[in-house]
Amino acid sequence: MVTAADGLARGQGLRVGMAAARATAAVAALEVEEHDPAADAEALERLALWVLERFSPIVAVDGADGIVVDSTGADHLHGGEAAMLQSLVGRFATAGISARAAVADSWGAAHALARHGAEPVFIAPPKHGASILKPLPVEALRLSPETAEALRDLGFSTIGDLLNTPRAPLALRFGEALTRRLDQAAGRRSEPIEPLLPAESIVASRNFAEPIGAAETIARYLGKLVVMLCDELQEKGLGVRRLDLLCRRVDDRVEAVRVSTARPVRDVGRLTRLLCDRIETIAPGFGIERMTLVATLAEPLAPAQKLAALTDEILPDVSSLIDVIANRVGEERLYRLAPVESDVPERSVRRIPPLAPETGETWRRDWPRPSRLLRRPEPIETLALLPDHPPASFTWRGVRRRVRAADGPERIFGEWWKRDEELAAVRDYFQVEAEDGERFWIFRSGDGEAVETGSQRWFLHGLFG
Amino acid sequence: MSSEAAPMTAIESLRARIERIEGGRRRAKSALAFGLEALDGRLPDKGLTRGVLHEIAGGGRNGGDGPAAALFAAGIAARTKGKVLWCLSRPDLFAPALAQVGLLPDRVIYVEARDEKTVLACMEEGLAHGGPAVVVGEAARLSMTASRRLNLAAEKTGAIALCLRRWSRPNDAAEFGRPTAAATRWRISALPAAPLPVPGIGRARWRVELIRSRGGETVDLELEACDATGRLAFPADLSDRSAAPPVGRAKRRASA
Repeated sequence: MVTAADGLARGQGLRVGMAAARATAAVAALEVEEHDPAADAEALERLALWVLERFSPIVAVDGADGIVVDSTGADHLHGGEAAMLQSLVGRFATAGISARAAVADSWGAAHALARHGAEPVFIAPPKHGASILKPLPVEALRLSPETAEALRDLGFSTIGDLLNTPRAPLALRFGEALTRRLDQAAGRRSEPIEPLLPAESIVASRNFAEPIGAAETIARYLGKLVVMLCDELQEKGLGVRRLDLLCRRVDDRVEAVRVSTARPVRDVGRLTRLLCDRIETIAPGFGIERMTLVATLAEPLAPAQKLAALTDEILPDVSSLIDVIANRVGEERLYRLAPVESDVPERSVRRIPPLAPETGETWRRDWPRPSRLLRRPEPIETLALLPDHPPASFTWRGVRRRVRAADGPERIFGEWWKRDEELAAVRDYFQVEAEDGERFWIFRSGDGEAVETGSQRWFLHGLFG
Repeated sequence: MSSEAAPMTAIESLRARIERIEGGRRRAKSALAFGLEALDGRLPDKGLTRGVLHEIAGGGRNGGDGPAAALFAAGIAARTKGKVLWCLSRPDLFAPALAQVGLLPDRVIYVEARDEKTVLACMEEGLAHGGPAVVVGEAARLSMTASRRLNLAAEKTGAIALCLRRWSRPNDAAEFGRPTAAATRWRISALPAAPLPVPGIGRARWRVELIRSRGGETVDLELEACDATGRLAFPADLSDRSAAPPVGRAKRRASA
């Protein structure tokens, strides 16, 4: 029997549930592999661990074909929900896995939308309630196959049909499971995710006889847990790159906090500081009964010599500052800029991690560059002689300026090896000084003569200091 | 001689008393000199004081974007050693220009915050850490409370805090008029360069105004923009005469 079919297989006419003999008859070159549920589950768990390391502290395997992720408090580090899903699906795709993903308020809704609504990603608006599930088929509710089939027999095809039916008869006929799944999907009943723990990870945890909730109490026990964790890290010669704090509340929900560091860290003070910064994001509810600290990603950290020679100048280390700020604003918003060999100004800069090794490279200094570069060049009205004179005056954002002096042109050619349409493109940059002394970087798209080099229109690209 | 020295010591002793009242935590302040007597001589610590907040804004019609103010800040940062933390919410800074005034890309760490509140919070974090020698933040609004916090954070470590005030609408420029706890407040506006004998543009020239200075005088100078090492200079045609006549000293003192 066929147990799974991807887009290519479906295009050839294969369906899930089809007999293997029929499938081999339909596709001549089909190679039949024995279905191995244990290996599948193992691979899925490996994938879940990969997601755990990179995206969010609370990740679990969902059924036989899915992964559920609690992204609360983790998405902002990846640039928001949409960006996180795109990146997740994109990374799966580069690994040869076609995945669909959805974000919703509850596990049930996300499960349903990912399987029946995502193309390949779907983002439900916050506080969507049950209405968003109405057009989805009843199978989306995580019911047993028998129940789903029985519902179909009775004429219930979508979740909307079920929601419009009185609950009591449904519960009587199909048992409590159906109404429970309905409530879970609509977010009326909580459904805790039991987070996956990597097998050999370093863990420190503590149970509380009396649930705790005050921020000071959390901070105090956090300090103790970090000490325990660091002792163990010391023993193994490791340092933390990603550290998760899981707080199990009395109502079985798990509140999680994740901090990342740019380099392996084993310093009690620094780790405590990073975690304590995020305590305000933990909602303790009626109290926390168990706190667990997991070193999700640890790397070898050997003692290093700080000073090579006595004459070396000691510049203060900023890596702890980088960690604090990165956990506040997100890693990709903290960067250094490095030169790129490109004459096109907007491509001459690339972002590198803040602690990347220093290269000593810089940009060429033979042409002046403006201190503010507009995000995209803005069209200006000009009065200019063709082909190679700077404008005598121009109007930008409704203000007309007369040009007192100008330098240029600096001709920049399109990078045809990057894009075909830039084969003939030319930009002529001028630095112009207006009458009041303000300086602007303007360019003409095109060389002033040939049409194929550009539109011959003028743009303002930057402001000089 | 002695009659002239006596009131000076009285002022000195008064200053010392005021400093004691302001709090014993004030350390002996070092300063980053501009290397221009006309500027350093008017500043209370003979240069840009470390461990306090300085405000810089642009002037003229491009004042809101402050391209000259950004370069002025970069020039200050270029003359220090160590890392520079540059917090911004609108990423329109063009790094090659900073490298042209001597602030090399290896030294600058950018933080692109979502909003100005985060910009100020990150600035404070950077100042309190003490790793970066200079922390620059770009913000339109700077309240009294926020500026005091930055001052306190900077005081602990001796880093230079620079707040680039920028705005997108002319009405927001009024924000700049509000009082803050910054030690100095600068306004940098572009001036026409000296005409060249050939077509082209001469070295950029700025009007550097020190509009507010705690315990010091105001300054209004016409200077040449930062060179490749971040230094300002007197224009050649002005260097032989006094560029800025002394301003009404007693009056400005009272208002400063």
